[in-house]
Amino acid sequence: MEINILEQIVIPIIKVLFIAHLLVIGVMVMIWSERRVSGWIQDRLGPNRVGPQGLLQPIADGIKFLFKEDLIPNHVDKPLYVLAPAMLLIPAMLTIAVVPFGDAITIGELEISLQIADINIGILYILAITSLGVYGVVIGAWASNNKYSLLGGLRSSAQMISYELTLGLGIIGVLMLSGSLSLRTIAGEGQAIAGEGQGSYPWEWNFLIHFPAFLAFTTAMFAETNRLPFDLAEAEQELVAGYHTEYSSMKFAIFFMAEYMNMIVGSAVVVTLFLGGWQFFGLETMGGPIWSGVISFAIFFIKTGIFLFVFIWVRWTLPRFRYDQLMNFGWKFLLPVALTSIVVTGTLYIATKGNLVWIGIGNTVAAFIVVSIVAGILALDNNSKAAAQDTSAAPLRQETLTIEAIE
Amino acid sequence: MNPELIVFIIFGTVSIIGAIAVISFRHPIYSALSLIVTFFSQAGLFVLLGAHFVAAVQVIVYAGAIMVLFLFVIMLLNLGTLSAKGALTGKLKGVAIILGILLAVEGVYIAVRALKNDTAVASDAAKEAAAALANKPIETYDIGRLLFSDYLLPFEVTSLILLAALIGVIVLVKRDKQPEN
Repeated sequence: MEINILEQIVIPIIKVLFIAHLLVIGVMVMIWSERRVSGWIQDRLGPNRVGPQGLLQPIADGIKFLFKEDLIPNHVDKPLYVLAPAMLLIPAMLTIAVVPFGDAITIGELEISLQIADINIGILYILAITSLGVYGVVIGAWASNNKYSLLGGLRSSAQMISYELTLGLGIIGVLMLSGSLSLRTIAGEGQAIAGEGQGSYPWEWNFLIHFPAFLAFTTAMFAETNRLPFDLAEAEQELVAGYHTEYSSMKFAIFFMAEYMNMIVGSAVVVTLFLGGWQFFGLETMGGPIWSGVISFAIFFIKTGIFLFVFIWVRWTLPRFRYDQLMNFGWKFLLPVALTSIVVTGTLYIATKGNLVWIGIGNTVAAFIVVSIVAGILALDNNSKAAAQDTSAAPLRQETLTIEAIE
Repeated sequence: MNPELIVFIIFGTVSIIGAIAVISFRHPIYSALSLIVTFFSQAGLFVLLGAHFVAAVQVIVYAGAIMVLFLFVIMLLNLGTLSAKGALTGKLKGVAIILGILLAVEGVYIAVRALKNDTAVASDAAKEAAAALANKPIETYDIGRLLFSDYLLPFEVTSLILLAALIGVIVLVKRDKQPEN
């Protein structure tokens, strides 16, 4: 086998180093912007003393974490306690490998595709690796040997299993239209077998065609990253800090880095699947062969940044769900919406011979109908329950039973 | 040395070590984690065979979903460490020894046969299919095609079995509550 050193070794290594460092720097910027944006939303200043506008605050935090005593409590299960933060961080970093962050840079005869690995099962790879992220939380919680941690871990694992279904089913409509599992194909090119990818105009992007699936996928993404309003695994009022209660110093920081990395990667995946990837009309063809690649990367970067702002915005706007609300929402609303999107997209694709306008309208209408039906059934159910409550004290007994079962 | 062989040795060794660790650890959480390691390295072996889709599904279904449930149950029931004597006593021990010997004999038989004449094991049709697929990874498209044409009946039967299991679970869970109404 002939190996071209420049193309097969040097350039991939440069790409990997570039993206890995970009991810870590992105985490630092995210921590800063989260605190500043939250300050702005709550009408206060936020950290603004270290460096201009407080930009060096994450570095100060990092130094503080590094110099704190790395305490390992006596009652923990040591090997797993040490392993858990890494088990959360590594999947978060692995996922970015298949996300295309730009078109391609052409230097002479050399074409550098702006993606670490374009594998033909890209989206399955992402689902597989994100599903491993839950182990870090669960193992960290269990190894801490602490009631609050364990409860946080149990909540988190149940939540992640529930929302993973929506995450997987929500993208099937998109896959059906683009005819491929490769993220590069989904983002732009499409494949000959089924249909087309996304164009460069906003109305050609998948989020309009698959609007309900887009909402369901995004919501499930929030739940997967354990962010408010889905952060029951670390609900401060109930569980101290949830699964990372017993962690201190850099191990604690790694949990947080993993959370922010998951956010960044999640945003990048949403941008690729639903928001047109690196394309924006007119811009991506500007400039020469080198600059068009750079511009496409900038477009992708800005889109991801805007979506990350939405992440922060939602966190400081919505209150936390109650646990039963969370489960009901995931199983009774998001999952039916995702399933409907599969059925409707498939049916309309055949019926209208791939007319995207009809598919888009059909998807939205069908999702609306399904949500109304579910809400109606739930309302009827609640009414009958309320009626039953008037005549007997049965629900109270049930509650005490559940509490006993937990203890 | 062939790079594929190196990767194979790495994944093969890790998966065997993981499998041994599953039965050697006294604590169920450690055993479950070792099983995840085994599943993961098996996914690596699938990638080596060119079956990318199977590898991804292996990780999603086994490592990502089923083992999370395992861990969930182990943590919920708070299973302690097994005692030093182990769980194998009396009749169970006899059964385990017989099954173990059977499995070992099977393994040795297959290995010897494969080493003796490695062409005789596979049928001609299988060899042709393997030769056709040797140079290109199996696309998800091909799997979908096969599932909905040649293997439609087994596929539908499998989905029916899964549906039956789903309904069974719902019935089992609901049974407790019915007397109350």
